[in-house]
Amino acid sequence: MRANNVLGILFTDAYSECISDLTALRTMGSVPFGGRYRFIDFPLSNMVNCGISKVGIITKSNYRSLMDHLGTGKPWDLSRKNEGLFMLPPFNQGNGSYSGRIEALKNIMDFIHMSKEEYVILCDTNIVCNMDFGALLEYHSQKNADITICYKNGNYPMLANVMRFEINENSRITGVSVPPTPGEGEGDFAVNFIVMNKSLLERIINQAIAGIYTTFEKDVIMKNVDKLNIYGYKIDTYCSVIDSVQSYFNTNMDLLDPVNREAVFDRSNPVYTKVNDDMPSIYGIGSSALNSFIADGCKIEGEVENSILFRGVQVARGAIVKNSIIMQSCYIGEDACLNCVIMDKYGVIRPRKSISGDTSYPIYIGKNITI
Amino acid sequence: MARKTECLAMLLAGGQGSRLGILTKKVAKPAVPYGGKYRIIDFPLSNCINSGIYTVGVLTQYQPLELNDYIGNGQAWDLDRANGGVHILSPYQKIQGTDWYTGTANAIYQNINFIERYNPEYVAVLSGDHIYKMDYSKMLAFHKEKNAACTIAMLEVPWEEASRFGLMFTDDDGRITAFEEKPKNPKSNKASMGVYMFTWSKLREYLIADENNKDSSNDFGKDVIPAMHGAGERMFAFPFDGYWKDVGTIDSLWEANLDMLNPVANIDLSDTTWKIYSNNPVTPPQYISAKAKVQNSLITGGSHVEGEIDYSVLFSNVTVEEGAEVKYSIVMPGAKIEKGAKVQYAMVAENAVIKSGAKVGEDPQECANLGEWGVAVVGPGLTVGEKAKVKAKVMVTENVEGGAEI
Repeated sequence: MRANNVLGILFTDAYSECISDLTALRTMGSVPFGGRYRFIDFPLSNMVNCGISKVGIITKSNYRSLMDHLGTGKPWDLSRKNEGLFMLPPFNQGNGSYSGRIEALKNIMDFIHMSKEEYVILCDTNIVCNMDFGALLEYHSQKNADITICYKNGNYPMLANVMRFEINENSRITGVSVPPTPGEGEGDFAVNFIVMNKSLLERIINQAIAGIYTTFEKDVIMKNVDKLNIYGYKIDTYCSVIDSVQSYFNTNMDLLDPVNREAVFDRSNPVYTKVNDDMPSIYGIGSSALNSFIADGCKIEGEVENSILFRGVQVARGAIVKNSIIMQSCYIGEDACLNCVIMDKYGVIRPRKSISGDTSYPIYIGKNITI
Repeated sequence: MARKTECLAMLLAGGQGSRLGILTKKVAKPAVPYGGKYRIIDFPLSNCINSGIYTVGVLTQYQPLELNDYIGNGQAWDLDRANGGVHILSPYQKIQGTDWYTGTANAIYQNINFIERYNPEYVAVLSGDHIYKMDYSKMLAFHKEKNAACTIAMLEVPWEEASRFGLMFTDDDGRITAFEEKPKNPKSNKASMGVYMFTWSKLREYLIADENNKDSSNDFGKDVIPAMHGAGERMFAFPFDGYWKDVGTIDSLWEANLDMLNPVANIDLSDTTWKIYSNNPVTPPQYISAKAKVQNSLITGGSHVEGEIDYSVLFSNVTVEEGAEVKYSIVMPGAKIEKGAKVQYAMVAENAVIKSGAKVGEDPQECANLGEWGVAVVGPGLTVGEKAKVKAKVMVTENVEGGAEI
């Protein structure tokens, strides 16, 4: 399958509510992650690394930060004469916004219809995974599948409409269940990277417009499991589905483990992001940095341990930052002390203040907050 | 036809920088890495864009591959423009033969056609091998205010160093009254920074005259400027008082890198109102392990540090393994310092590998004869074998066998 025969579609709002603090002012796709990234960088880089050259970005609200981040798509090489990046905010929706995947797709029916690609890949943005989409596309055509859905085995995410699969020895999905409310447990569950033929997607949307389908997972996938060739594609690399502030915290901290880091930042599949042109980070005299993941432009005079520092963070003399995620341009004052904190952008901790959460209950400090 | 441009810049980037030895064997001097994530040419290019000069001709000649590749379409500096932008100008074939650029003035002369496309009033001539942050728009305003034919940026240098520079004498108005080229006993400490602003009609006239003068060496400093001065043109010195460094030698390149860690040196690259842009590889953030010890250093994206770093500059994708020591050193992109290796007072070039237990460079205090001390250099892509030793001031130009001592 030629990758430029595949249309990429990203749902940047899907599951925003599961980390409502972090998404109060932004989309799920533009939540900062891993020192210098936003969630959308991961699926978007997966797409462009395999050669996909047309990507539509579905978004419904709070998308200023997303648009600022993506710009013309240049860092992903998607600023092009032909194809490239397409922002798809709500359009021609009587009441302004839409709810759910099907409605979002209905809303961009024209965009999908006008695209010349034969296949589509639909991706959520609450997934941190660097994988070879080329192999996934190849698998889809090899299996002659109607729909291929990625899955992994593990604890079910605590999210609505997570598809749980029964899969036979040929990787064909034979059973799908979607519990009415998220429940705990373990098994094969969907990671929403979904490949299908574009004509099938158009047919599904048309049927939805006719009122047959309302939810993608229950009405499209679950009800058609016998009628369509639906295959599962097992993800065998690092893959984290964000379902809570806790999992956001844990997934960041996972990057301190070299094995996970190698998997997420696989050098043959680079993860692209907006370039900021910060200077290198400065480690001052008497500073200490241990087991930490630190972006450019930081100035460290105090102590940093088991933490993720985004671009331009300043840690003043005597300050201690442990087990924390500190976003862009935060300032930690002298002798301040942070433990298990998620600090959103441009925050300021005044000298000698101390804030401590727990690894099982990190404390979130909002954007632009001064303490 | 391009739209008229008030001021465009011509950047002289063809220099070999022969005193940098192995570091410029395969790249032109402006492409030499500096300061963790930059190359020397980032400074004049960023100064241009920050000063509102959006048309820049880059004159290349010596080993241009890497430089051309680095500049690309100029996007990293926002110099990919519909009108103007960055243009690489290499020597080209003409109806009557092909000439290399025989001197800095000749390089501009050969590109008069490029300049005329933009019909500029003023042309800035910049050198591609200095580290400094400067607002050329202020210099242009000064140039206009003085109604000058040529304005030369001028820095007051310490008297003891003055003999290394081209010096100027000025009157109270800033008008240049005399020049002195690297005199033994300097009577002025006002040094030329190699940054010129010309009124284009004047420069054009003198470039053509210089080209027709068979005795000329076609150099700005030696020929064009003295000719203009001799003819009584209005020439002014524009005072500059920030950080400026010519990184022409191994020692000055090493020093200029470490200046970034020296608060007194006053080269602040964190200023967001005057960013220095660069074209960097896509890398994740840097990782500092639980065993690492980092003091007073600069580290950038993609680096992985498990060893001890003190007063050093690490570029992108550098690996320093457990137990390795890097002190007073510059480690360029992709280099690897293996377990227990010791690098001090040294520059390790791109993708070089220092094998475990090897030693590169010496502390001047441990050096028996201080006169023989100097910064050790390991050339790009070379390997220093296990337990090998590279003494102070040695420039490694081929792989060093394990256990060897040079």
